[in-house]
Order: sequence, then C-alpha cells, then structure tokens
Amino acid sequence: MTPELGHFALILALCVSLVQGILPIFGAQYGRREWIVLARPAAQVVFLLMAASFVALAWSFYLNDFSVQYVAEHSNAQLPTLYRFGAVWGGHEGSLLLWVFMLSSWTVAVAQFSRTLDETMVARVIGVLGLVTSGLLLFVLFTSNPFNRLLPAAENGRDLNPLLQDPGLVFHPPMLYMGYVGFAVAFAFAIAALLSGRLDAAWARWSRPWTTAAWVFLTLGIALGSWWAYYELGWGGWWFWDPVENASFMPWLLGTALLHSLAVTEKRGSFKSWTVLLAIGAFSLSLLGTFLVRSGVLTSVHAFATDPRRGIFILVLLLLVVGSSLALFAWRAPKVALGGSFALVSRESLLLTGNVLLVVACASVLLGTLYPLIIDALKLGKISVGPPYFNAVFVPIMAPVLFLMAAVPLARWKNADAKDIALRMWIPGGLALLAGILVPRFMGGWMAMTALGVALSVWIAASGVIQIARRLKSGVPPASFWGMHLGHFGIAVFVFGVTMVGSYQEEQDVRMEPGDTVLVGGYQFKMIGVKDEPGPNYSASRGEFEVTPAGGGAVNLLYPEKRNYFSSTMPMTEAAIDAGFTRDVYVSLGEPLEGKAWAVRVYFKPFVDWIWGGCLIMALGGLFAVSDRRYRLRVKSGAADAGAGALKVATP
Amino acid sequence: MKRWKKRAAIIGGGLAAVGIAAALVLNALNSNIALYVTPSDVFAGKAPKFQAFRIGGLVKEGSVRRDNITVHFVMTDLVKDIPVAYTGILPDLFKEGKGAVVQVKPGSGGEYIATEVLAKHDENYMPPEAKDALDKAQKTKGTGTP
Repeated sequence: MTPELGHFALILALCVSLVQGILPIFGAQYGRREWIVLARPAAQVVFLLMAASFVALAWSFYLNDFSVQYVAEHSNAQLPTLYRFGAVWGGHEGSLLLWVFMLSSWTVAVAQFSRTLDETMVARVIGVLGLVTSGLLLFVLFTSNPFNRLLPAAENGRDLNPLLQDPGLVFHPPMLYMGYVGFAVAFAFAIAALLSGRLDAAWARWSRPWTTAAWVFLTLGIALGSWWAYYELGWGGWWFWDPVENASFMPWLLGTALLHSLAVTEKRGSFKSWTVLLAIGAFSLSLLGTFLVRSGVLTSVHAFATDPRRGIFILVLLLLVVGSSLALFAWRAPKVALGGSFALVSRESLLLTGNVLLVVACASVLLGTLYPLIIDALKLGKISVGPPYFNAVFVPIMAPVLFLMAAVPLARWKNADAKDIALRMWIPGGLALLAGILVPRFMGGWMAMTALGVALSVWIAASGVIQIARRLKSGVPPASFWGMHLGHFGIAVFVFGVTMVGSYQEEQDVRMEPGDTVLVGGYQFKMIGVKDEPGPNYSASRGEFEVTPAGGGAVNLLYPEKRNYFSSTMPMTEAAIDAGFTRDVYVSLGEPLEGKAWAVRVYFKPFVDWIWGGCLIMALGGLFAVSDRRYRLRVKSGAADAGAGALKVATP
Repeated sequence: MKRWKKRAAIIGGGLAAVGIAAALVLNALNSNIALYVTPSDVFAGKAPKFQAFRIGGLVKEGSVRRDNITVHFVMTDLVKDIPVAYTGILPDLFKEGKGAVVQVKPGSGGEYIATEVLAKHDENYMPPEAKDALDKAQKTKGTGTP
C-alpha cells in the first residue's frame, strides 16, 4: 500500500508542477494576477507531495519490502538500517527521486525567502523551476519509477553494492545533488530575467545568495566524493579524472565563474549577458552530468543500471533546456545587455580574464570527457583519454587564474592602477618566491612544478592576510568580505595539499609475511598478522600493522580489511588510514599469497588532508558570503510589504 | 586609451588565450590517448608501436600465476591469447574468466607489461571494451571458417 501511495503522490506532483510551470509564467506575461499568485502555493504542494513520495520509498526500505523491485535490487535482509536509508538513493531510480525532491525543496525555499521580490519575478522563477520539475518527473514516472512492483515478491534482496555500504554514501549524493539542483535556481532567475527584460543590480543581488548556496553544496559534495574514493575505494588517490567526476566538476567550474560574474553585475551592472549565459551553462552541465552518469554511455562505479531509453530521454530534455534557453537568450539578450564601461586594467577586466580562463578550463575538461564518446559514435575506434591529458591541459590554464585571484580584490572598479597594485603585492610576491625556493628543498627535492604550486599558494594566502589587515584599519568588514577571503584562502590550502601529495607521496606494493617490515616515507611498517573477523553482513580478513616513525616515537596500530559480503562474491578492500595534520599513512590489503604472506599496499601521503580541508574552508567562505547582512536586511525591511501584499491578495 | 584599441586588446587577448588553450589541448590529446585493441588485433600487428594502448578482453581461465607480487596472466578474446605481466596490487574484481582492461607499454612484445589493470566495476559487469573484443573475435572467426 505505501509504495502505491508514494507512486500516487508522484503522479499528483507531476500534475501540480505542470500548473506551477505554466500558469504563473503566462500570468506574468499577460498580467493576470490570479495566475501569478498560484506560484507559491503550487510550489509548496509539489514539495509536500515529493516529500510524501520520498518518505514512502524510505519506509519501504525500512521494512525491506521486497515486493518493490527497486528495494529488492538495492537492499537485503542483512543490510544494516543506516545503509538501508542510504540505499534509498543508492541506485538510479531512487537517486533521481532524490534529485526531484531536492529541486522541489529549492523551489519552496525560493518561494519562502523571496518575499521582498516583485511578485511577477517570483512567479516567473517558480514557473521555470516548475517546468524543470515536470520534465524530470516525466522522466522518473516513464523510465525509472522506483515504485514498480515485483510480483511475486523476491525472497531476499540483491543487496546494495558493497562499494556503497559506507557512511560516505549517506552524505555524498545528497550534497552533490543539492549543488547540481541548486544551479536550477540560478538558471530560473536567468530565464526569468530574460522573460521580463529586467536584468539589473537588484536582480543580481537576488540571485547571488542562491548561486552561492548551490556552489557551497556542490563544493562539499565533490569534496566528500573525493574523500570517499580515497578511503573507501582503496585506490589511494583523491581525483582520477573519471568521466563521472568530471561531470560534477564542470558545473563547479562554471558555477565559480558565475559567482564572480554575478558580483560584477551586482556592483557595476556589467557582464549581464555573460552572467545569463553562465547560469544557463552551469545548469545545462548539471543536466549533462546526469545524462552522462545515468544513460550508461559511460562506465564507472556510478553507472550500474543501463537503459538506452533513459539516455535518450535525458538527452532530449537537455536539448530542450539548452535549445530553448539559448533561443530565448538570442531573442531577448539585446534588451538586457547594456552595462557600464571599464578600463583595460580594472577589477572588471581582471574578473573577466579569470572568468574566461575558468570557462576555457571547463571546455577542455568537457572535450576530454566527450572525446572518446564522439570517436566511438563516429565508429573511428575506441580510445580512452587518461589523467595525463587533463593534467597537461588543466594545470597550465588554472595557474594564471591562481596568480590573478590574489590581486583582483586590490584592483579598483572601473579603472585601476597597475603600478599601484604591483606596489602593494611585493610582500606576498617576495614571500611566495621565498617559499617556492625553500619549502621544496626542505621537503626533500626541488622541482619546478612543486615550487610553482607552493609559491602560488603562499602568494594567495599572504595577499589575503595583507588585504584583511589593511581593511581592518577602516572598521569591521561585512560578512561577504570575509566570505571572499575565506574562499580564496581555501583555494590556497587546497593548492598546497595537491602540490605536496603530487610531489612527495610514496607508494609501495610489497609482499609481506607476519614479522616483515617495510620503510616508506620515513615510517616503518611492520606486519603483525592477518586474522578472520566476522562482520554484520560480511566476513573479513583483518590485518594488523605497527607503524613507527623511523626516528623513533609513538607506535600506531592500523587494521586494514579485506571483506567478503555474503550477498555477493565481490571482495571489498577497506584501507586503514592514520590521518594527521601534515601526513596520512595508509595501508591496504591486496590478495593473499602463498602461506601467511599477503600483497600489501603502503602509502605515505604528505598534506593530503589539506585538499579536503581547503574545500571545507572554501565552502565556509561561501556560507559567510550568503550570510551577508545586505541580503538579510532586505528580507527584514521587505517582510512587512510582503505581508501586506499577501493580505491584498487574500481580500478580493 | 581609445575605445577601439581597448576592444582590440580584449579581443586579441581572448583569441590568444583560446589559441594557447587549443594548442595545449591538441598537444595533450595527441600524446595521451590510448587506443583500445583486441587480443586478435595485437596478434595481427595492429597495436600501436610507440604509444601505450589498452587491451580489452577476458582473463583466461587458469592463466593467473603469481611470482612474488608480479602477476602473469593471459588476456583472451577466446580466439587469440596475449600474455601480460603486472607488478603491484590488482583491483578487487580482477578474476579469471571475467572481463578486464589492461593498459600496456608499447612494443614490449612477447609478454606485454601492464601499467594499469582496470576491473573496478560490479561483479556481473563486463567492460564494454571487453565485450566488444569478444564480439569482434566471434565475428571474424565466423567468416574465417565458413
């Protein structure tokens, strides 16, 4: 019964979302107030229906109702309860349901927190979101319904893929989807602006916090995914340029460009068309990501079920979204495009340069990701484009961005003095140079790329500190100022971590017997032995290793595991990691060799946690930016009018 | 500065950036693409001579032999067999009789040296490249012996 209720709620949600998508937009276009006011309640109803549907699916998982096909495919009687919740979005159907549920949550948040906005603008934004929602709901209902019954019911479920049985799964997809879907809000704002022809500083101020919020979620989602791959998948790396990773990274790159372009539109009224294009691009890439992951054209840990119908459906949806929004752009952009002028050296021009570079970087990633698919589609053979391509292209494009971002906050709007900027940057420049020369020497080996990475990271961090100190002299800066500097500081930390791991990590695959020792990265690893250990739904071989710093010091014990899940014949590696501020040491078990010997992988990873720490700081910066008083003040001062407006609406 | 000069500088800068990016991309694509070939292709001498390439196929039953942490095995499309050696830890899903993709050094001849072994999917999953290799081999075998 519960699954049917969920299914029914889903169908109702589709009907209401069509109302939400069509009537308010037409109402706004033809000035029909009774259609405009439908936007908010419709969004709220869709949200409630989606929540009901989502809870129904979660409940079926909780009860392990194996007469529901999706549950039977992704759960098992022995699956621990926590992972049963994670399993709700552990497969294709459920994760799309989550996608739409998130979309309806964003929509209802827009409806709730936009009381100060002009009614017709809100109606258009919510309308566009309604159209996107109905498109995706059609997709869910026709090609990937999670509530399909399996009759007769399965006796036991096929179980969740062991790779996904990890706390990381519980958080990674929702965060990532919040980010993906959040760009739908920026997209809806952009389309609403095109529809109304009104694209001004106020518009940019409305859409800025939403874009930043989406960016924060996406940053956290990608970081969580990377961290999960590092410790759970046992591959030992933090980024593989896997097509699915790229699919989440491309919207991030465009989203980052969008954040900065929106800042210019808000402060100076320039870059309007560019901002709109970026908003359309970021959301289109989110959809493209969904297409790539869900259509089965790619193969990776994320793509399990493949069904060509699904791919075609998303492709059509993608073409509709991109095509119609670009057509609208071509038609309406001339009306909204005029903006302030600026000199060759100014904050605008520097931000534009950074923006163009980010877009070029995104395009190069897109090319590398799609190239094998295009070659295959043209029957020119099968190829793979590996990490070396991405490193060779991406790093040189991003290095100037890192160089510029330290100086941009110093440049004045409209017309800046290059000499003045250079004069203020000599201290960070000197520090960067010094760090570039000394740090690699101290770490044991000077390499040009290492020096460049260290220098850039010090350059960004030091110039941030100097700018903050200067700004503090003239009173306490607003939250958005701290947000920007935290965000940039996060990049500096991230770059430092990436440089250190890339340059100084050590890896060894060795054969070890109990009592054997191996020296890696200044640590001595001693194998004590491997024992059998039962788990809740698996049996494991559990290794015990003693790790001692070579110079003497505290002994650490590490317990890597090799697990065999009862529901599958697929073994799973659980790496053991001793995490530290300046280094991780990492042991994972390969396969048993003859006797008591095992193949063992041992890593020394200096500063690896700075990579995710940097992402956390970036996200924190985003939160600061969103919390800036200037967005909130408007909400407070406007709350009264909105209330009055609601009354007026209610009376006739 | 005159307006047209500014425009020209911006457009010139943009073109230069795109040009450099394109050069980087083309250069990187040229040297970092790995072609997929089947064991039959390798046997017929169709594998690249100077570039790394990937062999898709099945790990032949009974072919896995360990020597310390070096693993010797045979990649097959059920028509031709190619011996491969890999030093290091294999992915969890590497198994005899299952599909796998290996990236090998060019021109190593005899026994190919794998730099990477890919088998990181679901247990019932067959990499499309491996499946493709089997299908192709079956087809040519069919036409070769009527």
